[in-house]
Amino acid sequence: MINHLAVILSLQLLGEVITRALGLPLPGPVLGMVFFLVLLILRPAFADAIKSTAQGLLAHLSLLFVPAGVGVVGHIKTLGSDVGVILLAIILSTIAAIVVSVYAFTLTAKLMGQSND
Amino acid sequence: MTDFQDIWTYLSSEPLLWLTATLAAYIIGDALFQASGKRAYVNPVLIAVILLAVALTVSGTTYETYFDGAKFVHFMLGPATVCLAVPLYLNLRQVGKSIIPMLVALIVGPITAIGTALGIAYAFGIRGEVLLSLAPKSVTAPVAMGISESIGGSPTLTAVMVILTGITGAIVCTPLLNALKITDYRARGFAVGITSHGIGTARAFQVNETAGTFAGVGMGANALATAILVPLLLTLF
Repeated sequence: MINHLAVILSLQLLGEVITRALGLPLPGPVLGMVFFLVLLILRPAFADAIKSTAQGLLAHLSLLFVPAGVGVVGHIKTLGSDVGVILLAIILSTIAAIVVSVYAFTLTAKLMGQSND
Repeated sequence: MTDFQDIWTYLSSEPLLWLTATLAAYIIGDALFQASGKRAYVNPVLIAVILLAVALTVSGTTYETYFDGAKFVHFMLGPATVCLAVPLYLNLRQVGKSIIPMLVALIVGPITAIGTALGIAYAFGIRGEVLLSLAPKSVTAPVAMGISESIGGSPTLTAVMVILTGITGAIVCTPLLNALKITDYRARGFAVGITSHGIGTARAFQVNETAGTFAGVGMGANALATAILVPLLLTLF
């Protein structure tokens, strides 16, 4: 467990250092995820060992957004009188983007002759 | 009464109280979510946020004091993102054969997200810093804040819009995609990940692992796509 956590934190650290050093438009943890994937592909046995630690962390991913969400409540007044329009723009554009993305994916998969398994 | 004062002085100066409160609020939110039969609109993040916001207001606690405790939870976002590699690895073959559909969605999805948000806000008279802050709202917060700063927006405003977008996506995705009768969980997850980043990904993992895996890939890939597309699309406004 501690060993696994040390590996995960080291990969994040590596990601943070490299994205900053090269000025990449990616968060450090996302690059850390790429490194972790490469590690798992190179060492498949490690995947079985670390699986439960990783899945344990991911099982309650929602919880990790709560502190940032509480921060939003305090800042919502900085939107001032624009809050209604901003909310409308966010809701409509989120719906539009989900619909467009999902059809772009399914229609392309269909053109390629893939089934939805 | 002095006893209570002493206890409160201790609690308000230590991170323990608000760390515990954050977990407790989430447990309540998650219990309500489970009790509802996992309905998307009973969002555990939203419930926990509302409970904590009320608790902070009633007790007169500042966000800084709250975050001193909650930062331990917030910190785990980084390691959890790294861990997205595990479901990705376990579903690698399925992800591999979906590369082309993902690339197509990755171009049109973010263009729709950025274009419609800017278009609607512009039509209602939003200009300047607030408009610019809205552009990267579908991307994970640290990247969105960076994009916002580089184009002349406000990173703080962007962070607020990012969280609102995430919660919106997490709430609307299931009913919306069910209404469209989309049964391909690769597509469902990917669409939610590129639209609503980590909060959408968390929701996708509640539905199933395939959806969660593809949402995680979508979130990571969109960090890159939006960083490239936002400056290009802004030349239109």
